[in-house]
Amino acid sequence: MALFMILLPLLMAAVALAFPVGRGRPWRPWLFPFTGCAHMALALLALAGIWPESGGVWFALDAPGRIVLLQVSVLYLCCSFYAVGYLRTRQESPNRIFCACLLAFLGVMDLVIWSQHLGVMWVAIEATTLLTAPLIYFKRTRESIEATWKYLMVGSVGIAVALLGTFFLAYSMVHVGPDAPLTTTALLERAPQLSWPWVQAAFVLLLVGYGTKMGLAPMHTWKPDAYGEASGVVGAMLAGCVTSCAFLALVRITHIVNAAGGEAFTSRLLLCLGLFSMAVAGVFMAAQRDFKRMLAYSSVEHMGILAVGLGLGRAALFGTMLHILTNGLTKGVLFLSAGNIHRAYGSKNTDQVRGVLRRLPVSGGLFFVGFLAITGSPPFGPFVSEFSILMGAFAAGRFVIGGAFLVLLMVVFAGMGRTVLRAVQGRAPAQGPGAGSVGPAGPAREGLLLVAPPLVLMLLVLLLGIYIPEPLRVLLQDAARFLGAQP
Amino acid sequence: MTSILNAILVVVLVMNLFVLGASRIHAVIRIVAAQGALLGVIPLLVSEGLRLPTVLVVLATVTIKGVTVPGIMMRALRDAAIKREVEPLISRLASTVLGAGAILLALLYADNLPVTGPHAELLLVPASMATVLVGFILLTTRFTALNQIVGYLVLENGIFIFGMLLVEAMPLVVELGVLLDLVVGIFVICIIVNHINRAFSSLDTRQLASLKE
Repeated sequence: MALFMILLPLLMAAVALAFPVGRGRPWRPWLFPFTGCAHMALALLALAGIWPESGGVWFALDAPGRIVLLQVSVLYLCCSFYAVGYLRTRQESPNRIFCACLLAFLGVMDLVIWSQHLGVMWVAIEATTLLTAPLIYFKRTRESIEATWKYLMVGSVGIAVALLGTFFLAYSMVHVGPDAPLTTTALLERAPQLSWPWVQAAFVLLLVGYGTKMGLAPMHTWKPDAYGEASGVVGAMLAGCVTSCAFLALVRITHIVNAAGGEAFTSRLLLCLGLFSMAVAGVFMAAQRDFKRMLAYSSVEHMGILAVGLGLGRAALFGTMLHILTNGLTKGVLFLSAGNIHRAYGSKNTDQVRGVLRRLPVSGGLFFVGFLAITGSPPFGPFVSEFSILMGAFAAGRFVIGGAFLVLLMVVFAGMGRTVLRAVQGRAPAQGPGAGSVGPAGPAREGLLLVAPPLVLMLLVLLLGIYIPEPLRVLLQDAARFLGAQP
Repeated sequence: MTSILNAILVVVLVMNLFVLGASRIHAVIRIVAAQGALLGVIPLLVSEGLRLPTVLVVLATVTIKGVTVPGIMMRALRDAAIKREVEPLISRLASTVLGAGAILLALLYADNLPVTGPHAELLLVPASMATVLVGFILLTTRFTALNQIVGYLVLENGIFIFGMLLVEAMPLVVELGVLLDLVVGIFVICIIVNHINRAFSSLDTRQLASLKE
């Protein structure tokens, strides 16, 4: 099962690479919806437990992994249809590498989700960095080179630090006995006997390393550049999938260190970094004119929320797991609709982008509603998950943390609202200075493939806010119980 | 065995200082290649008995760290036709002194970490930490793209040294995966380097400053 899910996208990537097609028959992008649907079906089979797992010790689906698998599959499925529409608007640029990387990317994300071996998981996360670099560089402008360079350098150094942390954790186990595999199950079994100085050092390195990949402040510097220059669909993938996978890695590590008796230690570090990320995001969002960079800071903020939730421990774990889902899906809505707006105006600066609601009623509306959802307004999904984390903070007696969390959420709401309202309200400029601004100030055409995917995602986010289906609730509770259980 | 291994590690530490002090980028790349190749041999000394997977890892490491990666970088250097001098933020002498300080710090810190019996007399832990720190110094004080890649390679070498403590514990498959990632990473980075050079007619990363708040 695991191998099948990992190999299917890689096979499709090979197909995309192997067959050169002329401009006349652009069938290559249709590999995305095919892979997305097949992958979704496989994921549902795996989640329902219909297909027996036979991945050995290295590959298995743990409870938090199920949540991330569900989120990644749904987001990828929606993005896969959008990608077809997107590549249609960019028929002049060759898309062979783009398609192959975007397909293989799904395979390595599955590898992250399924791998229980920390070394394999590291290799997979590094592979996501390498595969997404060409995606960011797709537009081939000077700015996109700069963004790609920063993304590659910061990401690679961060991930190298994570490798050192993985080695430290492995060495802490050498003290127990030489012949133990570096799998999460083996580490959890031996957790109380692990050498504490090494575990402590390992956690700091792993937090910095995987935190870089998540985009926790102060290691977030690559994020605004990369998200700002990447196209909407790639931005959605980075903000919704890569960050979730990196967070999954951090969840697994924290679980092990907590089991080794380091709960106070991990909680302190996670809460500090989490609240600091939220604060940094709030500050930089306040005066932001570029709406894609604003979304990047929103992603920094939500990674902070996830870290805070994980740091609060048992009481907030249900909300944290739910927040993986709601944040990932809402980021999809925002980035995909932002991509449509960017394309229609040829600019992502709110000095030029005005009156989106008049010019692009559907994308503009989705962008605005997505903004309401991501900032935690009821009745959308993120409201429920953030509220649940907040309640967790108060239930655990962490009133200062809960208060700071609430204040920072309001700061972010105010800062983000200013930029979003500037963009969506008012009248569209008759003829913008950007290259892509064509047509009159009236409503522009919006293709079905470019509008339906964010709409579907938006409806899912709304659904999660109103009613959580029973099977999903069971999955979330399983994950929270699995992570909160004391050895 | 222990004395040979420690001797190699001392040579590696000295090479770190040479990297910090070298004035021409060709020399820097060559020193890092030699360092990588030297490190590649260590698994033979650490593991007991000669087994096929160990030999494979040694061959792969020496080829990749000593030949392939420096080859890719030399090629990027030739294609880009860039300035040959290293241009550090702080002078080469100062960064060498800083590197020596890092080595001292690593030796002091490594004393605090518990090490199991067979590894007690080895310099692996301090050598690894010192090399990682030197990698960070290179990454933060050099401006040209290729020099930053060198810093990244030194960082990787430091991590590789630590990996030697785990030759028995970590399956070698994973180590091969790590090596593969390194090669692909450097390859992708070098492609980007060429694009930077074409778009900006320079490899000075200070020019990559249009994206900021």
